[in-house]
Amino acid sequence: MNIDFDALRREGLAQIEAASDAQSIEQLRIDWLGKKGRITELFKQMGTMTPNARRAFGEEINAVKDALAEALETRAAAFNEAELARRLASESIDVTLPGRGEGVGGLHPVTRTIRRIESIFNSMGFETVEGPEIEDDWHNFQALNIPESHPARAMQDTFYLLNGARLLRTHTSPVQIRTMQARKPPIRIICPGRVYRVDFDRTHSPMFHQVEGLYVAENVSLADLKYDLQKFLSLFFERDAEAMFRPSYFPFVEPGADVHMKWGDRWLELLGCGVVHPNVLAAVGIDPERYSGYAFGMGAERLAMLRYGVDDLRLFFNNDLRFLEQFR
Amino acid sequence: MKLSEQWLREWVNPAATVTEIAMKLNLAGLEAEAEALSSDLPQGVVVAKIIAAVQHPQAERLRVCEVNVGSGQTLSIVCGAANARPGILVPAALPGACLPGGKDIGRANLRGVDSAGMLCSASELGLAEKSEGLLELDSDAKPGTPIEQHLGLNDQLLNLDLTPNRGDCLSIAGLARELAAIYDLQQTAPVMRPAVVSGYEQIDVVVEDAQACPHYTGRVITKINPKARTPDWMRERLRRSGIRTIHPVVDITNYVMLELGQPLHAFDRTSLRGAIRIRRAKAGEKLTLLNEQVAELSPQDLLIADNSGPLVLAGVMGGTTSGVTTATTSIFLESACFDPATIAGAGRRHKLLSDSRYRNERGVDPALQRKALDRATTLIGDLCGGDAGPITEVGRAPAYAATVQLRLSQVTRLLGHEIPAREIPKLLARLRIETQAESADTWRARVPSYRYDLRIEADLVEEIGRLYGYDRIPARAYAAQLPLNPVRETQRPANAIKDLLAARGFQEIVTYSFVDPRLQAQLDPESRGIMLDNPIAETMAVMRTSLWSGLVSTWQYNRQRQTARAKLFELGACFAPDGAGSRETIRIGGLVAGAALPEQWGEKSRPADFYDAKADVAAMLPASGAVFRFVAAAHPALHPGQSARILRGDTAIGWLGALHPRLTQTLDLGSAPILFELDWNALRDVRLPAPDAVPDLPHSRRDLALLVAEEISADMLLAAVREAAGPLLRSASVFDVYRGAGLAPGHKSIAMGLIFQDSSRTLSLDEIDAAVGEIAASISTKLGASVRSR
Repeated sequence: MNIDFDALRREGLAQIEAASDAQSIEQLRIDWLGKKGRITELFKQMGTMTPNARRAFGEEINAVKDALAEALETRAAAFNEAELARRLASESIDVTLPGRGEGVGGLHPVTRTIRRIESIFNSMGFETVEGPEIEDDWHNFQALNIPESHPARAMQDTFYLLNGARLLRTHTSPVQIRTMQARKPPIRIICPGRVYRVDFDRTHSPMFHQVEGLYVAENVSLADLKYDLQKFLSLFFERDAEAMFRPSYFPFVEPGADVHMKWGDRWLELLGCGVVHPNVLAAVGIDPERYSGYAFGMGAERLAMLRYGVDDLRLFFNNDLRFLEQFR
Repeated sequence: MKLSEQWLREWVNPAATVTEIAMKLNLAGLEAEAEALSSDLPQGVVVAKIIAAVQHPQAERLRVCEVNVGSGQTLSIVCGAANARPGILVPAALPGACLPGGKDIGRANLRGVDSAGMLCSASELGLAEKSEGLLELDSDAKPGTPIEQHLGLNDQLLNLDLTPNRGDCLSIAGLARELAAIYDLQQTAPVMRPAVVSGYEQIDVVVEDAQACPHYTGRVITKINPKARTPDWMRERLRRSGIRTIHPVVDITNYVMLELGQPLHAFDRTSLRGAIRIRRAKAGEKLTLLNEQVAELSPQDLLIADNSGPLVLAGVMGGTTSGVTTATTSIFLESACFDPATIAGAGRRHKLLSDSRYRNERGVDPALQRKALDRATTLIGDLCGGDAGPITEVGRAPAYAATVQLRLSQVTRLLGHEIPAREIPKLLARLRIETQAESADTWRARVPSYRYDLRIEADLVEEIGRLYGYDRIPARAYAAQLPLNPVRETQRPANAIKDLLAARGFQEIVTYSFVDPRLQAQLDPESRGIMLDNPIAETMAVMRTSLWSGLVSTWQYNRQRQTARAKLFELGACFAPDGAGSRETIRIGGLVAGAALPEQWGEKSRPADFYDAKADVAAMLPASGAVFRFVAAAHPALHPGQSARILRGDTAIGWLGALHPRLTQTLDLGSAPILFELDWNALRDVRLPAPDAVPDLPHSRRDLALLVAEEISADMLLAAVREAAGPLLRSASVFDVYRGAGLAPGHKSIAMGLIFQDSSRTLSLDEIDAAVGEIAASISTKLGASVRSR
């Protein structure tokens, strides 16, 4: 039997070459290599051949089969690739459109500032402690060495509650008093929270937030206070803060000081502090001969205004979303 | 308090500018600022004497004045002031002069008469805000003298804002004393002549309360010239301290107060009846004060009184009946020391502010009374004449304010810095604190009478630190004795919940703790709020009982500013009366208004509803082991059909619901926002995780559609399903709720997905079918539910 294997191969390859899509390739595979395909049929003729003829025939026919199979596969892959490309092209989306669902909210700038202050002091070993906002005269004033008739009371104009002597705390110092009553030194705490004073203008709000700190242990001094506050200011403002301690007066500390920080070419008063007055320690049952302490207090809004360049305190309490959303 | 630099330098004269002095004071703890006398001083103005003043021929209100401007020169100046009259001396701005505000003076022709300049009022010279007529000068002023020389305008001011402990510096003398200590200088205090006693009259003084008035001095001065005039130099010094000129005697008392720090009071002698009594007021007594206020007196008030009744609220303010007038020719002059607490109490009770109260409540030097009385007497003699009687004195000045033991060890301990022992007495001596060594490092320190603020050792330590310089105390690096602070994993920090809500799209707000009582009555009518006694405004008068007032007002505020959608939250204290006291609860509250999602292309816009907010609330509920439930309940501010009480176990911990449509309309909120509020404490506790092993076995899911009556809630159905299913049911959840076509009226179809799983083996189909059958039978009996499909 004489078969022109070359012609066969050429015919098959020409058909595969001429196929226009994946479907015709499949048809060609069936026509040539399928169960009843032309190559398969040729293999069936091998049964009647002599062994030598069969080997020769087999080699030839196998070569054709492999060539056709490879060509079919290559063409099919090309058609599939093109098909996929077409599908992908049709499936492309506008990736610049925004994502679905809820957006994010944000924290109030005062919260953000207090957190920052807290995290710095927490890292310096201060524990955060909170306390009530409605206080009595003893915790807010008398225990802090501010007796009834003391002119220092005028420094902190107080909101009183109707019916009774209770008041809205004017500072978070009562939390220090409560903590010192409940614990023994060493005490190292900060007390963030709302405080209230009868004052309302561009730079005063009847409610604002303070963070006060207290450290009571053996031999705590002004020198320790200077170090800790200088470090705090540098960490808070993320620069080498130049601080100046000026003597000042708060009834609950002695010696007392104001801390001023270099801000451009000005010195800004940032916080008050001092060595805890022995009367305050005595009032809470801590022996002032054995222990000493320092205390400081700062306004969270004041630090927020400086840090974020806000010049009107009232913005913090108007809660205009257009303002608040800028702190996200 | 403002003081003249020139005046201060008569008492102490550091080689430093006033700006440098101010800085030095600041560093020593006295807040001070240098201030220009005026930003704009007149130039080319001289003293002029009016020789003649005749009517202007053309203008009824003008006069033509002949004035002597010195060196024999006479000018003709047209003037409209009512007090322009011959004989008085006034400032004249000559041609070429420049007045404050850039007003240039030249020759002018006023209605046909030439005018060689302008005669000036105080305000035209920048010396007063407002003034009437020409500024009349001392009758012995020399015409031609430049006005800045005559009035000493080449001066600056020291503006002091002193802390309440430093009442001793509220005068020229006191500040000079402090500056001498700071600069370590000798003082150059002017010599003060003792008063000449030429009269004999005396008034009895009875001090009934020596504790409240430890030292009282007074004297009668008769035959005072009622026509006397306060001289320009004194007027100027008073003006620079912001004190108006009133009457020569009153001016002198004010002058001596500024000079020495002793408030004085002058009575018209003829108004006094009988002895002067320093006594407590009787209940029901009244006193009309100089500011026209009628003070209702109480026994806490200290009075200066006579037989006719109260005259003065001691140390605070005089009464109208006994003060000096332009007709006064004899006076009783008082110079007293009062107990600061008594004065502070009266000042606060009667809400009175005065220079006298300001000094007396801070404490006046108890050794100062005689000196100040003599000083004022001498000045009255010099300016008004008169015969001064002998001093009547009750009580005695203590020599020292306190004697305090001072240990070097305490100086070192509190400052954290060693100051050599030999320095201590030197530093204190500058402050006139006398020390006596008890040992090499211990002293007895005697504090001068005027230092009310130095009572204990720590006070002296501050003085030493202050004079030594805080800047010279080196910061001491971290030697902290650190307590170990607890880190509680089973208590969520408030920050965690804030972050969670922010991540869910909520913006945190911070609102005032005092709110509008009317709004609160609408939003939380059943709670009683705590009212403030002295609110700053009617709309900030009650302590909040709920966070909703702040949330709703904030939404209102932003809605009015074109915000269409908001998710807000606040965490803070709410306040309720509790017997005589109060109870504070930290709450977390939120408001959801507008669309469920921000406006976007991919989701259809729909208004946020109860279930949107419920998801947020549910996200806050902690894994604590406690069971939280939402139970339909009525709240006066919420939609009765869309409100739930939130329970933790059986304890009510909060609310969730849509604002009542009526309130939504009243408050003009457009559509109803969803509100929630929960007790933070109920959300705080979380369980330490203790996870079970995860069975690596397939689970089986069955979906059931159940037909139930409307009143059967999802919770009821789920509870019944769980109960009937037994331990094989791992979870059950609602995935669809359908109402409408195909269902009996008053009924709904709830579809739920049930997941079955055993921890040790794979369940057989039969087992699961049996469990589902059990469930169907049970809910049919209990809730009348039928299975639509499975």
